[in-house]
Amino acid sequence: MRFGVVQFPGSCDENDALLACRRFGEAEILWHGDRDLHGVDAVVIPGGFSYGDYLRVGAIAQFSPVMGAVSEFAADGGNVLGICNGFQVLCEAGLLPGALLPNTGRRFLCRQTDVRVAHTDSPFTHVAVPGQLLSIPVKHTTGRYYAPDQVLRGMEAHAQIILHYADGHNPNGSTDGIAGVVNESGNVMGLMPHPEHAVDPLTGSADGGVFFASLAAQVPA
Amino acid sequence: MDAPPHRILGLTDAEYELICAKLDRDPNGLELAVFSLMWSEHCAYKHSKKLLRRLPVEGPHLLMGPGENAGAVDVGDGVAIAFKVESHNHPSAVEPFQGAATGVGGILRDVFAVGARPIAVLDSLRFGELESPRSRYLLDGAVSGIGHYGNSIGVPTVGGEVYFEDAYEQNCLVNAMCLGIADHGRLTSAAAAGVGNLLVLMGARTGRDGIGGASVLASAELDAEDDSKRPTVQIGDPFEEKRVMEACLELLDRQTLRSLQDLGAAGLSSSASEMASKGEVGLDIDVSKVPLREDDMEPFEIMISESQERMLCVIEPGKLAELQSICDRWEVRCSVIGEVTDTRQMRIRHGDELLGDMPVAALVDDCPLYDIDPVAPTEQIYPAPGRTLESDDPAAILPVLLASSNLSSRRPLFEQYDPIVQSRTVRRPEQADAAVLRLHPDGDRSEGIGISIDCNGRRVACDPYTGTIEAVLECAANLACVGAEPLGLTNCLNFGNPEKPHVAWQLDRSVQGMADALVELGVPVVGGNVSLYNESGGGPIYPTPVVGMVGAIPDVEAAPGNAFLEEGDLIGVVAPEGFKPSLAGSELAKLQGLDLPLGLPGIDVGAVCAVQAAVRALARSGGLTCVHDVAEGGLAVAVAECCVAGGVGAAVGLSEGDPEALFGEGVGRFLVAGSPSAVEAVAPPVTTIGTVGGDSLQIGSLSWSVAELRSAGQSLRAVFA
Repeated sequence: MRFGVVQFPGSCDENDALLACRRFGEAEILWHGDRDLHGVDAVVIPGGFSYGDYLRVGAIAQFSPVMGAVSEFAADGGNVLGICNGFQVLCEAGLLPGALLPNTGRRFLCRQTDVRVAHTDSPFTHVAVPGQLLSIPVKHTTGRYYAPDQVLRGMEAHAQIILHYADGHNPNGSTDGIAGVVNESGNVMGLMPHPEHAVDPLTGSADGGVFFASLAAQVPA
Repeated sequence: MDAPPHRILGLTDAEYELICAKLDRDPNGLELAVFSLMWSEHCAYKHSKKLLRRLPVEGPHLLMGPGENAGAVDVGDGVAIAFKVESHNHPSAVEPFQGAATGVGGILRDVFAVGARPIAVLDSLRFGELESPRSRYLLDGAVSGIGHYGNSIGVPTVGGEVYFEDAYEQNCLVNAMCLGIADHGRLTSAAAAGVGNLLVLMGARTGRDGIGGASVLASAELDAEDDSKRPTVQIGDPFEEKRVMEACLELLDRQTLRSLQDLGAAGLSSSASEMASKGEVGLDIDVSKVPLREDDMEPFEIMISESQERMLCVIEPGKLAELQSICDRWEVRCSVIGEVTDTRQMRIRHGDELLGDMPVAALVDDCPLYDIDPVAPTEQIYPAPGRTLESDDPAAILPVLLASSNLSSRRPLFEQYDPIVQSRTVRRPEQADAAVLRLHPDGDRSEGIGISIDCNGRRVACDPYTGTIEAVLECAANLACVGAEPLGLTNCLNFGNPEKPHVAWQLDRSVQGMADALVELGVPVVGGNVSLYNESGGGPIYPTPVVGMVGAIPDVEAAPGNAFLEEGDLIGVVAPEGFKPSLAGSELAKLQGLDLPLGLPGIDVGAVCAVQAAVRALARSGGLTCVHDVAEGGLAVAVAECCVAGGVGAAVGLSEGDPEALFGEGVGRFLVAGSPSAVEAVAPPVTTIGTVGGDSLQIGSLSWSVAELRSAGQSLRAVFA
């Protein structure tokens, strides 16, 4: 399994994502200015900031050469995981439905949260059990998931709402406590919590390994 | 009649005459502007330099001492940790968000200027009491600003401290500390070298922000016209700095640069002349080559602008193409603005026109140093704090102490910071007495460091000598709790106007206390910063010598937290023989509105160091579940904090009628918990005081539910609601 981790100018968690991926397979950096995905088996768009995000989070990154290649990769069925800013970028790029709005608290918030896996028939969660609780940190200012009711109903019908904050753990006012979603085809996922910061009990939790392990198990080693 | 220009720029008549003598003529306007900044308190340390010579600056682990952008210590296996703390007090008092943000930006640049990748930020903050709307505004702005910069650049904010005291009402303190990691061989000097080599300015364009910051803001008391100084506060752009940082680190990896220096206070003037001074060379600078934000900037403005996110480097001409290509990759602007000469002169040109010609030595070394004139006050100069606690009942006092602004949980602040990026953070804020980072996030290796930043200014106000010893020992105690052996210390000396005899006395005694404590601990100062003139109409701030220490931990997995974990664990106290807690200058005394004493009980520093060494060994052994330093609020507060952290109660046999036993303070005591065999094995002998268990804290016949104690500690939430 080879993961590719995209690096934009201003990405902060790309090295953390790289380290997390390497616990489950091989991993390399994909530079924002390159259209070449180096034949990786799955793409991770990490957290941090892309191009400073002074306009609207994720708004600039969608125009980068690498995102053109990622869109084609996704259209061909490749698995793409967007974490935090990566989730925001995927929404801006139209690869995922909905949008991320400023937290109801209007502040940056970093907190260990419990999230519940709603669906496990997904390349991102199939090693989990339905309803499994995962302890994973969030850290963001703009993480309140929003989609119009009609879109949400369609997403529910297609089992696209894959991750919810556990009761009492919604850190940002997300609609229905939504923490992570997939596209209709199920091969593109975005989540606000940072699983790459939950792959080692020494630094707090290993629960985030679920996503990387699920992806790695897609491809024979 | 208007005052002569040199006085408006903050120079005395005698200093002006000395400048004329050094130049053998009168300086022109540009030269005067440059001199006024280079000879300001902020750049020249003219009232503190002589005192600072008392501090120990050598030690077995020291790799780079004071004088470089940051100091560095050896943490084993060829790995170095570079670190430094710096103040951004005056800018933060004028505009807290940008002041604090650029404080973080500045200290980050100091660290990557020496070739180290920044891996952690800590902050030390002081504000007036929370009842003051101005203090709440400053707190909110400063915390947002620190988070904005640190979170955006991918460097975790792993610890810090904040105190609220009336003495900081007009002069808040915002000190930021940064640590970086590098292989020994990568540590880089700022010394310009190689005649004919090129001077290259990297990063942001130069604008009018921060013009005169060093002289007008940093070296004079604030007054009612603060608002008019707003344009001199710099504006930060963490996205620019992130790219500049990555470009600089890649350039150093590839050995493209001969030397690197950040641009901070006094901008190009200060960085260029310090590079030239360290390298014993001259520099020619052409201001017409400096990329500008505004076309019509005067040469003097270009030379002293404090625009952020800029770095200065020296390269061999043959490496220019390589530098250009790496900067292009990171989308970082770079411009050749001058070259290294053998003249030992700082020459400033605009194209072919020579605008200034000053000896480097005169700029950097020849500012007169002043002896301060310490006079000990005969009575306490600070007024008693307002009384906020009427009850003498210990049952009522404990929750009030936990809810007090200085002791309450800092969670509402640190939740606004990212403490985990870079995957090194093993103990996050509130999980242990010091932050714990692993050095190697990419492998199975277990070596790490502990970091803490400390100073209780009220204790220093009571007794500058003993209070400063306490600050150093408190910092070392926090490291001991996680098993970290201190390797080096950085300091930020925040004081009032040193030209006033009682402030001079505070400074003199404080530096002496720091020197004596450090000699006993065997820890050198690796670098730091002095911030003077922190006073206004209300008098000086509490003297606040903030100290930050870095210590080595052989195995981070063993580092204990500060929570009671297991029912049935024994609770013990380790303290120097004959330790007597005292209420003088304590948090309880503050809440009771008692006068600050003039003098604190003396400390047997050697005995405290011995206890710390024993606790450190215990923490490293991995046998204990909880190790917590007993600090403000005394033993009752320390026990309550461990209960709240672990969500479990405890029963302890303290003398419930003795306020000194419950709430008395003094440096050197630790609270430990663990299995009975582990606690009984503790040497020096531990005094067992109780056991962990239940859902309430019982001290003799007094009892509080853990839920009640936790809720009391959440008082800061309301400020950020």
